[in-house]
Amino acid sequence: MRDGSVDGLVDGSVAAQPTRRGTGAGRYLGWLVLSIVALVLAAALAVTIGPADVSLTDVAASLGGHAGLPGLPAVPPLTDSIVWQLRLPRVLTAAMVGAGLALCGAVMQSVTRNPLADPYLLGLSSGASLGAVCVVILGVSFALPAAAFLGALAALVATLSIARVGGTITPGRAVLSGLAIAQLGAAGTSFVIFWAAKGDSYREILNWLLGSLAGSSWTTVAISAGALAVVGTGIVLAATRLDAFTFGDTAAASLGIDVNRTRWALLAAVALLTGAMVSVSGSIGFVGLILPHLVRGLSGPGHRRLLPLAVVLGALFLVIADTVARTVFDPRELPVGIITAFIGVPVFIVLIKSRKAAAWA
Amino acid sequence: MGVVLDAVSFRIGGTDILTEVSAALPTGTVTGLLGPNGAGKSTLLRLIAGLERADAGGVELDGERVGGRSGLSRRETARRVALLEQSAAPSVDLTVREVVLLGRIPHRSRVLGSFGGDDDHRVAEESLAMIGGSDLADRAWHTLSGGEQQRAQIARALAQRPSLLLLDEPTNHLDVSAQLGLLGQVRGLCAGDGAGTGTGSSSGSDASASAGAGLTAIMALHDLNLAAAYCDRILLLNRGRLVASGTPDEVLRPLIIAEVYGVDCDVIPHPRGGHPVIVFSPAAAPAFPSSPEPRITRHGGSNR
Repeated sequence: MRDGSVDGLVDGSVAAQPTRRGTGAGRYLGWLVLSIVALVLAAALAVTIGPADVSLTDVAASLGGHAGLPGLPAVPPLTDSIVWQLRLPRVLTAAMVGAGLALCGAVMQSVTRNPLADPYLLGLSSGASLGAVCVVILGVSFALPAAAFLGALAALVATLSIARVGGTITPGRAVLSGLAIAQLGAAGTSFVIFWAAKGDSYREILNWLLGSLAGSSWTTVAISAGALAVVGTGIVLAATRLDAFTFGDTAAASLGIDVNRTRWALLAAVALLTGAMVSVSGSIGFVGLILPHLVRGLSGPGHRRLLPLAVVLGALFLVIADTVARTVFDPRELPVGIITAFIGVPVFIVLIKSRKAAAWA
Repeated sequence: MGVVLDAVSFRIGGTDILTEVSAALPTGTVTGLLGPNGAGKSTLLRLIAGLERADAGGVELDGERVGGRSGLSRRETARRVALLEQSAAPSVDLTVREVVLLGRIPHRSRVLGSFGGDDDHRVAEESLAMIGGSDLADRAWHTLSGGEQQRAQIARALAQRPSLLLLDEPTNHLDVSAQLGLLGQVRGLCAGDGAGTGTGSSSGSDASASAGAGLTAIMALHDLNLAAAYCDRILLLNRGRLVASGTPDEVLRPLIIAEVYGVDCDVIPHPRGGHPVIVFSPAAAPAFPSSPEPRITRHGGSNR
């Protein structure tokens, strides 16, 4: 083959070669459209599910009413407020948080070249937890999102300044610094809980630590949607450059990429978005770890396809998981982090067993 | 035109890596960068590719300075210079076509570049055809042999549409036939006809000569005989200094090799190609300190 004639092979023997998967744009678009449709359907259904019976018609009528559309059937005020004040904000927050976490996880795995990376890798969740726990203990829970966000930012700054020794950030150093900060934050959180928590605050803390969307409101929708729209768009646009890193830093640099600046900017942006998500939902695990791997199976590793699909499927996954979390043990509600772990871990194990694990080593 | 090295010096933490290396490499030539481990070959390639800044002196590409305030930016450089590193990650979950498409990145708009546009795909196909690898396009990367991966990497580099191709020990880990095939292809990609240097392994040169016209190549090599067979010019580095430069005949001489590598060898003309062939003698002791005047024939039986 080496010395074979060049042109004859173009159309001749391609079909005989073992192809891996259809990388056609059509197939990918199919998955994307299917996922979006599934997300819309799941979100609509999720609003109808709960202790009080709400029909899809009620949902449509309520939404239409709030959108100012004329000529819709009247909805009982109680049903309307269940839809508009309780369930819709919650479903929307779940979608935004799921989308953001899946996006951040996918980018984090690429930036650090570590298949086990997740959005909390830089110690963000433990920083956020420390901030949140302090606020709960002090009895000023209304400030929790702000405290969690500030905690996440503090953790980010600490991690990056440790990782930046010598002016450059290597993936390995970022992971190690994140690990150190995460341990420190966890120790601080445990210390605060051990000394000060009791009764109600203990329950509130646990709920938050495991991740929960119970506190959703239109405010949390605004925070998460705003962060996703602004930071998320920036990440998607910049992260397509990550393709250049496929063969390492030098290869990326010789493709004209400013390696250090790209890595730095993406880490910071991912941390900001993660911080915003953690501040509204606590640290929900496994979405950011598992989803990107599942999505890669559908989209391939190219970021231009991976990231949009990860956003949609992350949203879909968390909408479903949260609906399960709040209804299965009705009237009690589970922290959604428990559900994502229960679903995520078996899926992850299957993934490890089935996939060519060599590609991860 | 081509590449001009103008007294390039480079230091890392007080250690001189390269000291005032100067050379002019005309367009269309293949230059072999030789020297012992640590001589500064890889560093020089990185400097030429604009990945490092020289502490003194500089690199000019077709009359334009690489890097610096007034020189070519990293992105502009990436459109003209393609660098292939020594080793490639083997566990990449991409098809060969996707790998080759990576080479189009410097040519895309930074933010909204149309990934996989028609033009990119066409260039990728052409690049694969230039190395005779069109049949590899849909193969998964990890199913390729070492030689095929290296050829596909060169196709990726060619997709950058460079005028200068830098290869850092491209024959590492390849078997003999893959080594000869690869270097023959590089030889063929450059416009120089290579008269007097070809060894009969001029694979793919007819297909690529037109498409690759004007391509200049610089490759760091360890194998002196491969350099002698495939390069128009040799730059011999030792401890960051340029020790010798010129044609293989001029540079690859027993005395020079003994001085730089500390080994005893004879140089004979290739029976068919006429280019120098270096035959090493398994000397008991390093030849350099007490080496006598090198002789053309010695140990008559060992010349096979």
